[in-house]
Amino acid sequence: MKALLTSTAILVASAIPGLAQEYTPDPNATPGGMITITYKDDVATLDPAIGYDWQNWSMIKSLFDGLMDYVPGTTELRPGLAESYEVSEDGTVFTFTLREGVTFHNGREMTAEDVKYSLDRVTTPETQSPGAGFFASIAGFDAISSGEADTLSGVEVVDPKTVRITLSRPDATFLHVMALNFASIVPKEAVDEFGTDFGKNPVGTGAFKLGEWTIGQRLVFEKNADYWREGVPYLDGVTFEVGQEPIVALLRLQQGEVDVPGDGIPPAKFQEVMGDPAQAARVVEGGQLHTGYITLNVGIEPLDKLEVREAINMAINKERITQIINGRAVPATQPLPPSMPGYTEGYAGFAFDVEAAKAKLAEAGLADGFSTELYVMNTDPNPRIAQAIQQDLKAIGVDVEIRSLAQANVIEAGGAGEAPMIWSGGMAWIADFPDPSNFYGPILGCAGAGEGGWNWSKFCDESIDAMATEADSFTDPSASERLKMWSDVYMKVMEQAPWVPVFNEQRYTMKSERMGGDDALYVDPVSIPVNYDYVFVTE
Amino acid sequence: MADVADLSSPRAATAGALRRLMRRKLALLGLAIIVIVVGGAVLAPWIAPFEPDEQLFDGLTLYGEPMPPGGAFLMGTDLLGRDLFTRMLYGARTSLVIGVVANGVALVIGTLVGVLAGFLRGWVGAVLMRFTDLMMAFPALLLAICLAAVFQPSLWIVAMVIALVNWVQTARVVYTETTSLSEREFIAAEKTLGASSARILFRHILPHLVPTLIVWGTLGISVTVLLEATLSFLGVGVQPPTPSWGNIIFENQTYFQAAPWLVFIPGAAILLLALAFNLVGDALRDVLDPTQRGND
Amino acid sequence: MLGYLTRRLVQSALILLGVSFITFLLLYVLPADPVRQIAGRSATAQTVENIRHQLGLDQPLLVQYWRYLSGLVQGDMGRSYLQKTEVATLIASRLPATLLLMLGGIVCELLIGLTLGVVAAVFRGRPLDQGLMVTSFVAVSAPQFVVGLLLLYLFAVQLGWFPIGGYGTFAHLVLPAITLGIMGSGWYSRMMRSSMVDVLRQDYIRTARAKGLTRRRILLRHALPNAILPIIAMIGIDIGIFMGGIVVVESVFGWPGIGQLAWQAIQRVDIPVIMGVTMVSATAIVLGNLLADLITPMIDPRIKLR
Repeated sequence: MKALLTSTAILVASAIPGLAQEYTPDPNATPGGMITITYKDDVATLDPAIGYDWQNWSMIKSLFDGLMDYVPGTTELRPGLAESYEVSEDGTVFTFTLREGVTFHNGREMTAEDVKYSLDRVTTPETQSPGAGFFASIAGFDAISSGEADTLSGVEVVDPKTVRITLSRPDATFLHVMALNFASIVPKEAVDEFGTDFGKNPVGTGAFKLGEWTIGQRLVFEKNADYWREGVPYLDGVTFEVGQEPIVALLRLQQGEVDVPGDGIPPAKFQEVMGDPAQAARVVEGGQLHTGYITLNVGIEPLDKLEVREAINMAINKERITQIINGRAVPATQPLPPSMPGYTEGYAGFAFDVEAAKAKLAEAGLADGFSTELYVMNTDPNPRIAQAIQQDLKAIGVDVEIRSLAQANVIEAGGAGEAPMIWSGGMAWIADFPDPSNFYGPILGCAGAGEGGWNWSKFCDESIDAMATEADSFTDPSASERLKMWSDVYMKVMEQAPWVPVFNEQRYTMKSERMGGDDALYVDPVSIPVNYDYVFVTE
Repeated sequence: MADVADLSSPRAATAGALRRLMRRKLALLGLAIIVIVVGGAVLAPWIAPFEPDEQLFDGLTLYGEPMPPGGAFLMGTDLLGRDLFTRMLYGARTSLVIGVVANGVALVIGTLVGVLAGFLRGWVGAVLMRFTDLMMAFPALLLAICLAAVFQPSLWIVAMVIALVNWVQTARVVYTETTSLSEREFIAAEKTLGASSARILFRHILPHLVPTLIVWGTLGISVTVLLEATLSFLGVGVQPPTPSWGNIIFENQTYFQAAPWLVFIPGAAILLLALAFNLVGDALRDVLDPTQRGND
Repeated sequence: MLGYLTRRLVQSALILLGVSFITFLLLYVLPADPVRQIAGRSATAQTVENIRHQLGLDQPLLVQYWRYLSGLVQGDMGRSYLQKTEVATLIASRLPATLLLMLGGIVCELLIGLTLGVVAAVFRGRPLDQGLMVTSFVAVSAPQFVVGLLLLYLFAVQLGWFPIGGYGTFAHLVLPAITLGIMGSGWYSRMMRSSMVDVLRQDYIRTARAKGLTRRRILLRHALPNAILPIIAMIGIDIGIFMGGIVVVESVFGWPGIGQLAWQAIQRVDIPVIMGVTMVSATAIVLGNLLADLITPMIDPRIKLR
């Protein structure tokens, strides 16, 4: 409560640059029509506090809204359920004014109480939300997550249309956090009614509502006619068919039965599609906030030697690994993907150079090489990539034994610090929100280096951590000074070489002939993989 | 019909059986396939045109696609640009080693359990057979996948996992045989003459089990070869880069339309090897096991 | 009969108890932490411990097992760690697809197996018979995933007669059902052949022949029904083989059954789901075996219940 009293001078929202207020929809957009999307994996849940998978991420985005949102097809923040907000000068108090007349799918009007309830719900341990950690900067987070409190002291209902959130420390990424699925606003009565099954009976404020759901087979979303954003969604509904192999999905797309294959174009079909101009024209390519990397455990001999880690970095032929996945990626030089703010332009990274790598090994007194292990998730193409890495390292005398295991076993070995090297494929970092900080804390910072953490290199440098903390205490997430600082953080990390950044995946997806709307909507960097709210059909 | 004299002198029976076996065309076909596969596996380092793990620069197109069969690559290349023929030869080693080792271990466990249960009877026998029933109720593949996850797969672990889920059939057959043998007159006679249990077991029961074990041992290899392939196909079998016919299919199956040879060459190999052991095993059953005869 | 049934039921229950314990033990020693999967990558150590405590995963093995077991006997299979839905609901929603596939598999293996067996028996000793018996060996030696991929390639991709995987219509069922049934059809054709050969040797067939009945009539009306009877009981035992097959077949064809559910659960150590699928499969296998043992003496009076 003490933090609440310190509210000082107020900064107006519009003072923050890079914050688009409106999005101009396509003038040719026509309402109506149903589309069909396919996915291979089943949808586990549509509970925004729980869902964290490839296929349910964009579905949840369309069923629910948070206080903040993104301009479709971009990484620019815009207000969502909050009409406007104000930030205190020190960046620790955010006051959100909610929109009038927003109703849940059950007809009830959304109020500030719902915001408080939703944030309490996602952070309370009973919910078991995988996203709870994102809210750590809200005052009272520690108390609620340890079970000492049952509500976040930092979230305060001022009046039915105003919420004040106080942070325990400045957090430049806070507005991004409020745009995460985990921060979606849910109605208490629906959660109470369905309990743990809320994930199968979602009720939100989003552009679509759940129509029917046959588990393991299909889901149908229906247009929310009372949606608070004027004019959208265009579609009458979306049918999701799950359990469909990507290759089946593509063949069905070619026959006109499917509009968008949610898992993209499968590798085996890639050349065929790109070779046919009519089909290639419907392919959409987009960058992705993703990096595939090899972690080098700094706590395991001989990877604890910097020269050895550098040698490994120089020994990996990233071009060839890119070739193995049909060139659908660009070789990476650093942890951040190129489309992420804070990416260091012009940094060449470690060049592929077998002789230099051998020299580095000799420098470390390991001219004869050594043996180590590489953990990898056992789904294609990851074991293949691991074998390419293995061959590259063999060339410099490093003998690698591959351990190809189920995802859960790899994560366990990585968390426990038992794995000398891990290829991240299948578990790789795709940014939760478009901010450079998202690639640091859990995977490169000291916070994730403990037992069980996702920092599989177990790399922990206090001085870099301090820089990261400083960069995050800015109020404006896109301040150039802050981005420069983040760029420096990752450059400092690369000096220690705890990772081999291998590639940044490009997304290649396809749409049926009748699909309309900006290409960017089909490779939306946030509403992955498709922004259902703004696409439309042309027939 | 084989007579009793034949039965009580297993060595003579085996020699005769071998002769009869050689007269069967299908069995000879099976033997021929086995000889070819074993030959390929043993001679792999000399026959193979490349190294099994060598990812060849010209083994992939510019777009990372595999080479079709022909030219320098007899069976084409896989998705990493390795020569498929070479990997097939070395894969034969994996399949055979696992087939023979896993099956051998399964046979030993099965025989031990079956003989003990059948010979000792009483509560030991009951406990052993109830345990066998329990193992029968396990969905074998699920059990194998769980075991593989617990022990983290390597060649030998995969072999042991397969042995652990495969000994049950042998145990049941051996148990039945042992019980019926124990009730036979000549065993009863030995018992009244005061022969020790060990003597009865080693001199009379085990030798009579040999034909059954040979038959089950041969048929069992076909089962273990298939199970290894299935586990590797699911990605929980032999670890890369060790080639096995099953994991060659696993690694390449996303390409099965564009490059069908990558799936169907190893697939055919698995089928042929399993078929060969089935043909030989079946012929062995006919010539060794008098109770099964008369069906043809 | 009643005493026998009771004894067998008690035995079956004990077997299932054993299966549940062994599976539970295996999952307990599995080197993977389900809590990590639930808590996600940004979780703090505190969150992880909270979740572990809530799920009771910080308890000793036996306590955990006892809790699971006492739930199970009351029909509560627990909730999926990752989906939060009740395991019973998850299995129930996918079981129809699996049962349909198994039914299709049984129909296929009987149809193919019995037909080939009868034909082989009729042409006993001739080249056709030998050819069919080799075919039956090919069928039992063919790995299911290869058969599945081959059928997909030929009949769905190249010829376009059937959909390339998926679920919904009869056309979707054909290829997976054949794939599942082909191995069994090899066994059935051999059993049917020897059973038919036996029957054809019987006196009443000779009598019928002497009476001048047509060959077809003798085969279909007299021989076939008697030859099929001993084979019916085998279907119960098939269930065990099918339970292994569905994981592979469902994965090749993208069939939304419990095999896929189990496979996904294993990847992410969703223990309640793995336990649930294992128990359902084991129950089916045990019941199948029991049924086979009960039916056999009814159709073959020479075999007595013991």
